[in-house]
Amino acid sequence: MTVVLKVEGVSKAYGGLLAVADASLAIEAGTITGLIGPNGAGKTTLFAIIAGFVRPSSGQVFYDGRDITDLPAHQRARLGVVRTFQIVQPFAGLTVRENIAVGAHLRHAGRTAALGFATAVAARLGLSDELDKPASALTVAGRKRLELARALATEPTLLLLDEVLAGLNPSEIAAMLPVLRAIAAGGVTVLMIEHVMQAVMQLCTAIHVLAQGRIIAAGPPAAICADPAVIEAYFGAGAAAHA
Amino acid sequence: MKWVVAALAVVPLVASSNTLLNFGVTVLIVALAAQGWNVIGGLAGQLSFGHAAFYGVGAYTAALLQLRFGWNAYAAAGAGIVAGAALGAAIGALVFRAGLRGSYFALVTLAFAEVLRILANASPGTGGAAGLLLPLDAQPSNFQFASRVAFYAVALAYVAAALAITHAITRSRFGAQLAAVRENEDAARALGIDALRVKVQAMTLSAAITAAAGVLYLQFYLYIDSGIAFGPAVSVTALLAPVIGGVGTVFGPLVGALALEGLGTVTRIVGGSRAGVDQVLFGILLIAAIAFMPGGLVGRLSRR
Repeated sequence: MTVVLKVEGVSKAYGGLLAVADASLAIEAGTITGLIGPNGAGKTTLFAIIAGFVRPSSGQVFYDGRDITDLPAHQRARLGVVRTFQIVQPFAGLTVRENIAVGAHLRHAGRTAALGFATAVAARLGLSDELDKPASALTVAGRKRLELARALATEPTLLLLDEVLAGLNPSEIAAMLPVLRAIAAGGVTVLMIEHVMQAVMQLCTAIHVLAQGRIIAAGPPAAICADPAVIEAYFGAGAAAHA
Repeated sequence: MKWVVAALAVVPLVASSNTLLNFGVTVLIVALAAQGWNVIGGLAGQLSFGHAAFYGVGAYTAALLQLRFGWNAYAAAGAGIVAGAALGAAIGALVFRAGLRGSYFALVTLAFAEVLRILANASPGTGGAAGLLLPLDAQPSNFQFASRVAFYAVALAYVAAALAITHAITRSRFGAQLAAVRENEDAARALGIDALRVKVQAMTLSAAITAAAGVLYLQFYLYIDSGIAFGPAVSVTALLAPVIGGVGTVFGPLVGALALEGLGTVTRIVGGSRAGVDQVLFGILLIAAIAFMPGGLVGRLSRR
């Protein structure tokens, strides 16, 4: 297996607060990898560093063997590294189709081609009936799908999903799982921050656990669940002894 | 769009009075300045309060090149537009690189315009407070026309070109990128858009179009001073027309310019010698337009 993304010794300090502390991880091509951890562990900050929205205080990010630490976000997107946002960021004044077309424009210069590709991506995500609605008219589940559709329309090679399942009800989550699987099956490597553990267990082949800015465990889902360090991170010191 | 331009083109055939043609030319010049503002303010969502800077630089560049260096009026006009574009690119690069948005962007653009107004007023090179007067020599080769109909046609051509440019942008990748930056800059960057670059490009084009309006003003009235060219009234009119007509729409600036100038003329007639009555009315109108008609006149009509 080839490693597409490598994060090496990345730290990010905000004043005295170390949001990410010497975090390293490697993601293999074509997999779905989970990034989990308690609230405030630094997951979103690490994501922002990988996507180019936050510059790390130290450490490096490699994509396809190339050091991308100093590349701005839009150039990373051109290379194929595209993120979604935990708090969805639709272009509220535009229609669903136009929203997705903004992503499609990254690789399609013409308006007709971009709108056509947007329509096709929308179909993959079950948004075909919403195409002409303003993005602001969508439900939470619809907005999560739109966020995903827009990112997919850029034809990424590494997709960074920040809690795309948060705020969805169980049946909506069940409907999203095959969509995410299909994305990975299409050759896109996925790194996802997720709190919905059931989904993480079902989807991911590898999981990295972040707690207080540090990677405290990494491995296949079953091993992670049994890892005392992980249990203590979530439930407090000594909790592992009772598990 | 063809129909709107055609309708405006037959105006001189129906109405040949000089008063009406003067009104028509004024509307077109205001519309052009407003169309320029609409590119950065409407399409890209960066509300400039200082478009007089570009209007004035266009007018002053064209006037100075003719008066001091004997340039042909058309070459000087071209240079005025280029100077406006260059200033737009420079201000855009500075301000957007510094990450200024919203009211900070508005204040800084206002400051640039005011500094230029004071400089133009104080410097002997720009005619100081007396302003600059182009010698009257009404020949088409001079960008001066004996007939107002001819000038009306020239101004209409400029406005039509700006309409065509705006229309083309709204149907292009560039337009989609501007809309994305306007709606949510972080999301735009995440999707591979170089937000800084597209904003500077929009500012450059915006400034060029507004500079062209300044050049037209100069060639029509053959006189400018610092207040006319760089005054806050220019900036306010350039943004008020699109707000009234419809921000970010293709026709909004033109519709707004017509409404604004029409209303201004009526109040000047009704209000008579009481100076500033029209300005007070514009202020009220701006508040009313923002409060009750966020889509402007065009938005209102197209929703029905």
